[in-house]
Amino acid sequence: MKIRLDHVVKTFQTFRAVKDVSLEIESGELVALLGPSGSGKTTILRMVAGLEFADGGHIYFGDQDATDIPVRDRGVGFVFQHYALFPHMTVAQNIAFGMEVSKVKREKAAIDARVDQLLHLVRLEGLGDRFPAQISGGQRQRVALARALAVDPKVLLLDEPFGALDANVRRELRRWLREIHTQLGITTLFVTHDQEEALDLADRVVILKDGHIVQQGTPEAVCRDPQSAFVMKFLGDANMLAAEVRDGMAYADGAVIEASGMADGKAELYARPVDLDWTPGGPGIAANVSRVMDRPDGRRVIATTQSGTHLELDVEPECAVKSGDIGFVTLRRAKVFAL
Amino acid sequence: MRRNVLPGLRLSLGVTLLYVSLIVVLPLAALVFKAASLGLGDYWQIVSSPRALASYRVTVLAALGATLFNLVFGLALAWVLVRYRFPGRRIVDAMVDLPFALPTAVAGIALTALFTSNGVFGSILSDVGIKVAYTPLGIMIAMCFTSLPFIVRTVQPVLEDLDPALEEAAQSLGGSDGAIFRKVILPLLTPALLAGVSLSFARSLGEFGAIIFIAGNQPMSTEITALLIFIRLEEYDYQAAAAIASVLLLAAFLMLAVTNWLQARALRYTVRN
Repeated sequence: MKIRLDHVVKTFQTFRAVKDVSLEIESGELVALLGPSGSGKTTILRMVAGLEFADGGHIYFGDQDATDIPVRDRGVGFVFQHYALFPHMTVAQNIAFGMEVSKVKREKAAIDARVDQLLHLVRLEGLGDRFPAQISGGQRQRVALARALAVDPKVLLLDEPFGALDANVRRELRRWLREIHTQLGITTLFVTHDQEEALDLADRVVILKDGHIVQQGTPEAVCRDPQSAFVMKFLGDANMLAAEVRDGMAYADGAVIEASGMADGKAELYARPVDLDWTPGGPGIAANVSRVMDRPDGRRVIATTQSGTHLELDVEPECAVKSGDIGFVTLRRAKVFAL
Repeated sequence: MRRNVLPGLRLSLGVTLLYVSLIVVLPLAALVFKAASLGLGDYWQIVSSPRALASYRVTVLAALGATLFNLVFGLALAWVLVRYRFPGRRIVDAMVDLPFALPTAVAGIALTALFTSNGVFGSILSDVGIKVAYTPLGIMIAMCFTSLPFIVRTVQPVLEDLDPALEEAAQSLGGSDGAIFRKVILPLLTPALLAGVSLSFARSLGEFGAIIFIAGNQPMSTEITALLIFIRLEEYDYQAAAAIASVLLLAAFLMLAVTNWLQARALRYTVRN
């Protein structure tokens, strides 16, 4: 089912949580709403679900205007950050809940069969008789997903689904959710503040800031071509150097990089740690190594330029650099944004 | 003994046990001892006399009625106080504790004044043929008054802590308001409701001050067990008083045991593996 948000607005008391957001989610697409806290991403998700009503604008499910349809009639599956499983019901009872309260009456045997099928889908066979308190966080979130899928929702909505889990479980569940999505092809919208999660999982990433969409596109598009300093910084570690643009070139602390099409004037130059290299002899930005952090896949060097800017750069594991070294930082690639 | 991280086990346990022994166990033991000094035959004759049986009957039935009434009304009151914001909410909230603060005799006199056939409520009720004062109904109303706070105050915190996401989840799964209340909210409130019910019932069984003013105290019809015990004491018949009191004690004990068991059952789901 295609979802379309048309100039949606939401205000809480005096706080404008969502300001004029328009967004289309194609049928079968897996889309991430990514943004820092307070960016309005959860509010948008809850409006799509019908857990909040929009103050302005419209939300369409297919061709139907769903703006004023209450949540229980909207046919969405919602997965909460803290699972929201019914603690007094077993796993199987939780999954069956939606079918039991449905206006469409089902045979007990049909419900049981569907519960077994869903337990198989979320790989929790044999845990149907456990209570939520007796299973792990990752298992609980899978139960929550099975429960949401039980009522054959038109749309699946997930609010920071893996936020409360530890890193390894999170990565595993992410792959698994992608598999389920491929298997079922259900239109899915999820909220996260974790860029890695959004980029790993989604077909398309929608980046939000202060209730606005600042950029949207495939993970490749937003990574390779961030359109603002905010997106650049939000998607990952980024170094910033004050720069000046003259005749299509940006100059910063002795480094020069192409900035074609930009007007002359002050600008900010952003580079990821992997975009920077270290050489003991010039040319480049003269810097002083203040600290080296070793990681499994390389070394992170923290260096201070003569103008006092801290730079973080990732170098090869073999690079023999240590704190106190003096050398030069070279720029492999960078993004320049006008101030 | 296993070493414990928390300090003060010996001291605090010692103080607590001493306190429980002196304040709770000792008087109860004295009561049982006094009752036991009767022979079995005499004991049985006293506790099964028609007048005592009638008093148990009216006490237990009125306490049951009051508890059931408070179960419904107390739950509704807790619900309104937690779920809605309205002017005067804090005043209503504070008033819930009033029955605890008011001397029960004052409550009894006030209720009697209201419910006698020329009182504010009594005159209206007597027009439709309902007599409250000096009937078992009056006993029930006095019990309702003194035990109301128990259910409200046990349910209120549980209701406040109920995760709103549970109801949202149930709604997104298509549950109607009624279904959500029956299948999600009520089961989660059950342990607290049971705790409130047991306290409310126990308090009603033992209530004295508020009831004797409104009850009429007619032996065989509106004489509660606590009053019968008091009468025996006034007659210096301590053994009979202790014997009847031991029945009340046993009833309260049984009831608390049953509700504890029900509560544990209702909380099975919290047990981890």
